[in-house]
Amino acid sequence: MRPSRAAAIVLRQFYLVRGSPVRIMPMFAWVAIDIVLWGFITRYLNSVASAGFNFIPAMLGAVLMWDFLVRVMHGVTTAFFEDVWSRNFLNVFASPLSISEYVAGLVVSSIATSTVGLLVMLALATLWFGLSFFVYGLLLVPFLLVLFLFAVSLGIIGCGLVLRYGPAAEWLIWPIPALLSPFACVFYPLSALPQWMQAIAHALPPSYVFEAMRKVVAGGAVSAGALLASIALALVYILIAGWFFTRIYKHAVRTGLIARYSAESLS
Amino acid sequence: MKNPPLPPGLPADVLSVANLRKQYGETVAVDGVSFVVGRKEIVGLLGPNGAGKTTTINMILGVLEPDSGSIRIDGIDLRSHRSEALQRTNFAAVYSPLPGNLTVVENLRFFGLIYGVAKLRERIDTLIHEFDLEKFRDVKCGVLSSGEQTRACLAKAMLNRPDLLLLDEPTASLDPSVARDLRAVIRQSTLKTSSGVLWTSHNMNEVEEVCDRVLFLSHGKILLAGDPRQLPREHGKETLEELFIAVAREPLSLERA
Repeated sequence: MRPSRAAAIVLRQFYLVRGSPVRIMPMFAWVAIDIVLWGFITRYLNSVASAGFNFIPAMLGAVLMWDFLVRVMHGVTTAFFEDVWSRNFLNVFASPLSISEYVAGLVVSSIATSTVGLLVMLALATLWFGLSFFVYGLLLVPFLLVLFLFAVSLGIIGCGLVLRYGPAAEWLIWPIPALLSPFACVFYPLSALPQWMQAIAHALPPSYVFEAMRKVVAGGAVSAGALLASIALALVYILIAGWFFTRIYKHAVRTGLIARYSAESLS
Repeated sequence: MKNPPLPPGLPADVLSVANLRKQYGETVAVDGVSFVVGRKEIVGLLGPNGAGKTTTINMILGVLEPDSGSIRIDGIDLRSHRSEALQRTNFAAVYSPLPGNLTVVENLRFFGLIYGVAKLRERIDTLIHEFDLEKFRDVKCGVLSSGEQTRACLAKAMLNRPDLLLLDEPTASLDPSVARDLRAVIRQSTLKTSSGVLWTSHNMNEVEEVCDRVLFLSHGKILLAGDPRQLPREHGKETLEELFIAVAREPLSLERA
């Protein structure tokens, strides 16, 4: 793997953002609105609920972490969609760039763009609504790691779906986080779900993170085993996503989909 | 014109295609095609629409897997050493423009990094001068005229000084004067280096001017091959264009001949 080839994908994203400031806004605008909205909701809940429970770290922290996951996933898919939107498939895939270099470039681009969103959310949540990350302690690191890995795997799977079903499939990819959110237990404990939904939630790494986060906020101890299981599960998703994308790419090369999409998007 | 000698130690052919076959369902798009492109040689791949030219080029570019057969670029097997083989290749095609939301220079930097071009800044300046793109270096490719976009695509195609250059109708959108200049640039570059070019075009005057050898494809097979200046007479035609029309309309009569 040549890092300079992956760096080319990141450089391209930088050029696009530099050339069109409108692209900067989506990096933080929607997450900022979410934080403000949920910031006021949690303040209101704190004022009407019984004293002793602080909704800010439980709910606003959950919103922030979920939005982080969404930004990372969309960061990966958006960098890929740039090649769809600019009809660049043939130029990219007929070059020496390998699939691992390409995907690495998409992920690093996403780290850069999602970091902007994360910093804006952190600034708003801490400065405006008094969310303190000391509540989570060092557990914040594995929490963010699990969410990041799972978001990357979702992003790669999303890219694979567009490669398989064509540019029009882009609209199936944006709502994936919303479809998963009821199972991820962002705002409520796993026990609130019916059995069949719990079974699905157990297969999703974010549900472990949000369960653990609520335990920490409530002053309970977090099971190290559960946390390690969620990291392992997230790594399994990364492997599955890599396998899935490679398989789809090989199918696209065998059937001529890459050349066809270039021709289709011209018409 | 006599070509200068080749550097020692290089494979004689820059591209070697053997028994290439691709079938979509019941349709055989490319049927057992074999040919080579030598160094300092420009080979024209000709044929009517649907003859299998673009399918063949897509297979050489590694974006379409052949059902059988092999492709070697600079002696490197494309299937087993894809990156190494494509590192030595580049292409320009009318149906694959550069991203319109990046400027000419940004596009050249992006692709220069992907192709691992040494002294990239100098190389970009040279190509921008060679393809008369100075005025447009900081202009987004999407707002360039089709002729300017083609020149930008050709600059990208020459970035890595490819051993194998694939050009799919490279001058289709250019005015005759610019097209002639570009043919001269590509011809000169091929002679100066040890590269080879596979060139498709529907402009038979251009083919006669630029190609050392042509291959006529029809229904996925190579029907005729030879010197574009001799081939028409060998088949009882006055011009290459007449021969092209015969290939398109009566391929069986040529096959029998």
